[in-house]
Amino acid sequence: MATITANPPRVGLPGLLKHRAVHKLLLLALAAAILVPLANARWASGTWPSALTVDFSEPLAKASDWIIDNRDSHPLFLYFFGHVSNVVVIAVRAVYLTLLAVGWAGVTALGALVAWRVAGVKLALGTAAAFLACGLLGMWVPTMQTLALMVVAVLASVVVGVLLGLAAGLSDRMDRVLRPVLDTMQVLPAFAYLLPVVLVFGIGVPAAVLATVVYAAPPMARLTSLGLRGADKEVLEAVESLGSTARQRLLTARIPLARKELLLGLNQTIMMALSMAVIAAVIGAGGLGDRVYQALASVDVGAALAAGIPIVLLAVVLDRVTCAAGEKLGAEPEPHSGRGWLLALAGVVAVAVAGRLAGRLDWPDSWVVAIAEPVNRAVDWMTAHLYSGVPVIGGTADWAGHFTTWVLDPMRDGLQALPWWAVLLIVAALAWVIGTWRTALTAVLAMAAIGVLGVWKPSLDTLSQVLAAVAVTLVVGFAVGIAAARSDRLERALRPVLDVFQTMPQFVYLIPVVALFGVGRAPAVAAAIVYALPAVVRITTQGLRQVDPAALESSSSLGATSWQQLKQVQLPLARPALLLAVNQGLVLVLAVVVIGGLVGGGALGYDVVFGLAQGDLATGLVAGGAIVCLGLMLDRVTQPTERRAKKGA
Amino acid sequence: MRFRTSAAVAAVSSLALLTGCGAADMTKQASPFANAQGAKTVTLSVQSWVGAQSNVAVAQYLLEHELGYRVDTVQVDEVPAWDALSQGRVDALLEDWGHPEQEQRYVKDKKTIAPGGELGVTGHIGWFVPTYFAKKHPDITNWKNLNKYADQFRTPESGSKGQLMDGSPSYVTNDKALVKNLKLDYQVVFAGSEAAQITQMRQFAKEKKPFLTYWYSPQWLFKKVPMTEVKLPPYKEGCDADPEKVACAYPHTPLQKYLNADFAKKGGKAAAFLRKFKWTTEDQNEVSLMIADKKMTPEDAAKKWVDSHESTWKKWLS
Repeated sequence: MATITANPPRVGLPGLLKHRAVHKLLLLALAAAILVPLANARWASGTWPSALTVDFSEPLAKASDWIIDNRDSHPLFLYFFGHVSNVVVIAVRAVYLTLLAVGWAGVTALGALVAWRVAGVKLALGTAAAFLACGLLGMWVPTMQTLALMVVAVLASVVVGVLLGLAAGLSDRMDRVLRPVLDTMQVLPAFAYLLPVVLVFGIGVPAAVLATVVYAAPPMARLTSLGLRGADKEVLEAVESLGSTARQRLLTARIPLARKELLLGLNQTIMMALSMAVIAAVIGAGGLGDRVYQALASVDVGAALAAGIPIVLLAVVLDRVTCAAGEKLGAEPEPHSGRGWLLALAGVVAVAVAGRLAGRLDWPDSWVVAIAEPVNRAVDWMTAHLYSGVPVIGGTADWAGHFTTWVLDPMRDGLQALPWWAVLLIVAALAWVIGTWRTALTAVLAMAAIGVLGVWKPSLDTLSQVLAAVAVTLVVGFAVGIAAARSDRLERALRPVLDVFQTMPQFVYLIPVVALFGVGRAPAVAAAIVYALPAVVRITTQGLRQVDPAALESSSSLGATSWQQLKQVQLPLARPALLLAVNQGLVLVLAVVVIGGLVGGGALGYDVVFGLAQGDLATGLVAGGAIVCLGLMLDRVTQPTERRAKKGA
Repeated sequence: MRFRTSAAVAAVSSLALLTGCGAADMTKQASPFANAQGAKTVTLSVQSWVGAQSNVAVAQYLLEHELGYRVDTVQVDEVPAWDALSQGRVDALLEDWGHPEQEQRYVKDKKTIAPGGELGVTGHIGWFVPTYFAKKHPDITNWKNLNKYADQFRTPESGSKGQLMDGSPSYVTNDKALVKNLKLDYQVVFAGSEAAQITQMRQFAKEKKPFLTYWYSPQWLFKKVPMTEVKLPPYKEGCDADPEKVACAYPHTPLQKYLNADFAKKGGKAAAFLRKFKWTTEDQNEVSLMIADKKMTPEDAAKKWVDSHESTWKKWLS
């Protein structure tokens, strides 16, 4: 019986889809037949015609000069941006000084006791261990700096996110206005934000916090709005019948009903803010990110790792604690919860005072374990033995060379050799087949914008690297994901590994990647794969595991082998999840294009780094804008419309 | 609408209240991490190369151990560092390779940055090949013979041409123009960061492979990978004025220090010390080699140098 329920979508849907797709393609071909000769006659050129570009470098350079010349005197800065900047500095400083005053013992106790109250004993022990590890690695002060930055950035993101979410959740018009804005904010690579904020605020903490807010607020806004809209209609009606005002309804019914989504939003915001806190080191935010970045300068992987581990630990602890808090929400409140909190607070105060009396506020220097040296030795050994001369399979340098010559070069040259209108047509066809004419239009406009910006060639170079990286990521990610979905043991073993790769700052693995693959586009692709792989593995595993067990059971009762089961039942049913994995793979790979620029990836990534390093806004902003357009285009091309509404997190 | 305007007014006025009423001064924006726990803090900017790290490490060590300051370091490239200096986010930049535009804007026009004197080290940029390769082919050291060896310098990244490896985007470079104007059969490949470039050079050297690279002195790597400079057409004053038409070598630049103008006036002993800080290329390389090759922490390396060069740094404190 169950096979019947599994069958119709498999046979019916693709048939229907094909039919509609053919229609769309025919229409597109017709449009092309009319437009292409026209375009070709007017601008006969292979790459984007220069007549259709707009040079932004002059106005951008002027704008940048204007800001620098007026920053100390113009009222806009004196009475607005200056105050924003000061508030951020004061807030971060207040949190930082508080953390220092509480001392390392107090902070550890505070973290552990909050974790205990929210999530239980096991996570409390984990939290304490994580904080102590930060100290042992000799990173106590930078960890506190990062924590101070995070507290302020997360608070600000939550406030901004909730306000936007309320607006979108309560008014349909605001929702329509905000949705594309939030969409765009989510596909923007983080580096694109850095340049404009640096221009206004200069380098340092205020710019870092504001860039983080732009990056981390959208999930909060989305989930707030989702929670408000998802509130149970019957409950709302009941509250309304009691004669409450709109504001009372919001405060007593809608917001409490949405708290699960709100908490999930907080979790997402924290994770995104933390990943940004590291990137923000590039604009002088200090803290752990800066230590990682400084270690890069002396080619010291061990030192970078010592600063990277605390970031991973912070991320894992914060993720687990907020998740546990979310799971506990539905449960009955414990009888003595008030007393428990009081006890926890008293414990923290006691530890902090004891630390202060003992004169042990700073982490003692002698309690530092130096991991840098053994790590460096291990990396050296690895690269010395793998780089070249490995019998039969060849060294990693040979692989990188072959990958560049046989995959990257043909892809880049092929894309760049395509006439510009052909690229637009391919984009339109892909986006239209998978989505609606609206998504197709957005995708084509985004691609055309790249041409107008005058960076057509480097953008196609970047695109070829992104596509190659995504292809490898998907092949490996699907394979590992399928394996993990079939074995609980493997999934459990993979979890911490995926955690580490997802949260480890990308700067840490730049050196090993270069040491293995040399300088060029191959290491850039490798770095992108490392970054995007965990998400793809996770989504694949989850998608496969959510396949209805009944369908699986019935197919195995019909005597299907496990391979047949996978191919004919699990994979087709998990299709939406696999598509989401493709989409996330693309977005994540694109997010590290700039990191690729640091190891010889060239193209747009290099231009963004160049813009930041030379204070050259024209180059940097245009390249950043092109990355944004590539992101929008790729997102639209891979994201079916029906799932768009559910993109929530 | 009324609600929104009143909210905006409330937000702006609370901003003003929080930070003290009136105008905010964008030129006095110290780092929030400075001067914590009652200690006086000096914030130094570090650039991405190891030489700059060495300057900062030694200055930091002496400021902390001899003068009782607390030192914060922030990694910023030179050009953004000028901006940060003018805003007061960092107090000093210890190694500047010459940025006439920034000097005009901040030192002469706006007077928010004060010159801090010479570092004592002279910098030079050039093209280099590993010495093991130059010994085998002595004529490589003249640019006129570069094309003869182009295919030996080929990599997958440079395709059919020879590879000229450039480094970080923050460096001063005319290499693209040079390759074009000197009609060289080479492709400039940007490593994207000094770390990537050094890692690649060491990998090449380990296998004794030939390579051609943009590089600069003073640099500790010369001790690990001996390199020989390739002579370019000689530098003459002004021959690099038009970035499109450059066809000459890079100049020798005495490296400069710069201080935030306010800090220079009110920075007390720290500012006086940083102005007097002046050492030689050998001194800098000694510290750099300890940091980058022996992987000592910058602090340990600085301590080791300070312990053995008392006569040099005593002068900076007087």
